[in-house]
Amino acid sequence: MFDALSSRLEGILGRLRGRGRLSEADIDEALGQIRAALLDADVDVGVARSLVDGIRGRLVGEELSRSLSPAQQVVKAVDQELVRVLGGESLRIAYASAPPTVVLLAGLQGSGKTTTAAKLARWFRQQGRNPLLVGADLQRPAAVEQLRILGDQAAIPVFSEPSDPVSVARSALDEATRRGRDVLIVDTAGRLTIDEQLMDEVRRVSQVLSPQYTFLVIDAMTGQDAVGTARAFHDTLALDGVILTKLDGDARGGAALSVKEVVGKPIAFASTGERLADFDLFHPDRMASRILGMGDMLSLIEQAEREFDRDVAEAGAARLLEGRFTLEDFLSQLRQVKKLGSLGGILSLLPGVPKEIKQAQSAVDDRQVAQVEAIICSMTRAERADPALVDGPRRQRIAKGSGTATQDVNQLLRQFKEAQAMMRSTGMLSGLLGGGRGPGGGPGGGAGALAEALSSLGAGGGPDDPLAGMGGAGFTSSDLGGTGGLDSLLPPATGGSRGARAGAKGKKKGGRVTPKSGGRRPEPR
Amino acid sequence: MLALWVALAVVAALVVLTTALLVRSRRAGTADSAVEPDVVAGAPSVARPPPAPPAAPAPPTAPDLHDRLGKTRGVVSGYLRSLRSRGSVDDATWNELEEALLRADVGLTTTTALLEDLRARVGGGELRGADAVLDALRQDLESTLAGAGDASLHVEDGVTNVWLFVGVNGVGKTTTIGKVARQQLAAGRSVLLAAGDTFRAAAADQLETWAQRVGVDLVRGREGGDPSAVVFDAVQRAAARGNDLVLADTAGRLHTKVNLVEELKKIRRVAERPPGTVTEVLLVLDATTGQNGLTQAGQFLEAVGVTGVVLTKLDGTAKGGIVVAVERELGIPVKLVGVGEGPDDLIPFSPPEFVGALFDLA
Repeated sequence: MFDALSSRLEGILGRLRGRGRLSEADIDEALGQIRAALLDADVDVGVARSLVDGIRGRLVGEELSRSLSPAQQVVKAVDQELVRVLGGESLRIAYASAPPTVVLLAGLQGSGKTTTAAKLARWFRQQGRNPLLVGADLQRPAAVEQLRILGDQAAIPVFSEPSDPVSVARSALDEATRRGRDVLIVDTAGRLTIDEQLMDEVRRVSQVLSPQYTFLVIDAMTGQDAVGTARAFHDTLALDGVILTKLDGDARGGAALSVKEVVGKPIAFASTGERLADFDLFHPDRMASRILGMGDMLSLIEQAEREFDRDVAEAGAARLLEGRFTLEDFLSQLRQVKKLGSLGGILSLLPGVPKEIKQAQSAVDDRQVAQVEAIICSMTRAERADPALVDGPRRQRIAKGSGTATQDVNQLLRQFKEAQAMMRSTGMLSGLLGGGRGPGGGPGGGAGALAEALSSLGAGGGPDDPLAGMGGAGFTSSDLGGTGGLDSLLPPATGGSRGARAGAKGKKKGGRVTPKSGGRRPEPR
Repeated sequence: MLALWVALAVVAALVVLTTALLVRSRRAGTADSAVEPDVVAGAPSVARPPPAPPAAPAPPTAPDLHDRLGKTRGVVSGYLRSLRSRGSVDDATWNELEEALLRADVGLTTTTALLEDLRARVGGGELRGADAVLDALRQDLESTLAGAGDASLHVEDGVTNVWLFVGVNGVGKTTTIGKVARQQLAAGRSVLLAAGDTFRAAAADQLETWAQRVGVDLVRGREGGDPSAVVFDAVQRAAARGNDLVLADTAGRLHTKVNLVEELKKIRRVAERPPGTVTEVLLVLDATTGQNGLTQAGQFLEAVGVTGVVLTKLDGTAKGGIVVAVERELGIPVKLVGVGEGPDDLIPFSPPEFVGALFDLA
């Protein structure tokens, strides 16, 4: 999410770092680059202008703080402006006093309404509600069929009838009352804002339903048209918010930055993957720090609270702390992590993850998790507890059982051993403990420890990778029991000179950019 | 690849563990209000953002882009019309030109390049006045769009032609195939459809509706099955029955998903097996697409050798200016333009019409 914009901004701000003072020309140049980055991210032309003007205003008008370096002041100004444009806190759903609470979805064709309807229904059920999906898209061939299949997958009932959208809406209300469903999620046909007839139809559907929430579904890959579309739907339907879809591509998400500013309605939800679980409330207030590459541990924790089996997670944690983390534990934790969505999604939430890991990750398909799972599942319990048992014949059996090559099995075992050694190292454990058990161990502390672990893992970025390693400090790679082992954990393309770099890394930590000292930002220890 | 995955998995496992600790410490103070684990959390739920525009039957017409887009003109043309009357070209004029191009999704790089060139020509005295600049811009855009070469759709005689339709989710691939089938049928070809989108729920049903509507046959497989197998079957059947054109749908896929792109390569390889010959790989791009469209085009080009672009949904308010960047940087010609929901609202691309409609410079 926002990766492209994020890394561009990091680059621009990084170049300012280390300057004693910034001349007006320096600032102009940086602002020009920021504008270019915003436009390339499909931020609305007008919004980009207002953002850049705002940043300039803060830099020129405000009393410059002595405690911040010039570069830090720019970062702070960018952060403040992003927060302003994104606006406010996340949506809090207020349910109708007389059920059902009706949610109406509208949007252009192909924006992802039908899938979003199913994801939203699933989300409401997680909130303890009984949703009913309503298929009012009677235009696109097989749209209702698609909704039924998705409803089946999520085990949520679907209602539709072959009449017209307005009657479907009317009957759906009765159906909801009859079946005792308290949330109604209505999928409508995609329509163009200039199609007056269809816009009128959706207005009539809305009148019948008088929805508590009307959401516009927008594809995150939308360009400059996003704002116009949002405005047109808002004029017709009085939107309560926007749902952004397909944020898992390399979509720049400019729409997210533009819609609030222009329409005055926030992004309510965002969909970040193809699975029904890849969907959550959008937190505008946390997004700025994410765009600036500072991660978002809060969202990760909330997601984990919702999706994880607590006992399994804690059992795994306990075993890790005792230094008895086996492949069996690894497998069960892996399955937990899978519930959270794609690895890319998780990594983007973590503060201070080295850019190289993030980039390398985008080349990985999450389906490979299946291969790892298959290998471990093909082992006996004894082997999982003690991989040293695995000899030649066993290796062959495991490879056969999992449909992989013996080299794959070897590789997994070797890497697990290395990872195990790393996890046993006292440095990392105490880091993790510091986050969880220390007296002041809130999310911030944990984030710091984790970021350290991560930046040690990834060995930071190159010299021109200014913000990577932001969270990592006080850890030199030697704490982790040899960087040689770590090298093999990295993708081959970048693994070459890693050891040397990692060694030098602990020393080049000066002059970090510190935009604000919220709990989210990891503090060096 | 596996190596990398394991590294990440370890990282992720650490996340879990830390999270568990954090959850515990967070909850220590509060009452224990464990969130119900969701019943289907672990179920392999697949869901892809949906698809294509609905298709309402409309009387066959031969729409002219300029007429068809009449409603949508205005946003951009407003800027340009006000420039018309100006004699001199000052900074404000350049800024307005830039904004007009950016608002049409042409993108900053392409916009800057186009305008720098014009600036130089104004500086050199070649162009005088806003009118001359606008005309030159129009010509530049047209020649860029025409420069990528042949915009016709290729069919070879004596082989089973396969046209692959690729693109990200929700751009209108399935609907486009329905319309292309109808046109090719009208052009006297014998067409067979291959429901290669085995992933999206009910995608094959959607194509089946089109097949019936148009009156062609459809080869479909199991939902979740191997799309290459569907395409292979379709080619075999087409060859056996003497169909000369197979239109193959594929599942929408983000160009960033490595395995899905590999799957697409495989579909192409299978389609190339004799008697099949892939004569077109059409990238379907949605006119609302922003700068991401260039990345999409680049990656699909690299993976399966895109031969042309179908620009859909140009009847809305979106301008589709990204195709200028796609042509300029990647040399992929636009071949078809979708301007409405009717079966015949898919028309050959014409650079002058497109540019005229884009900026209402006519």
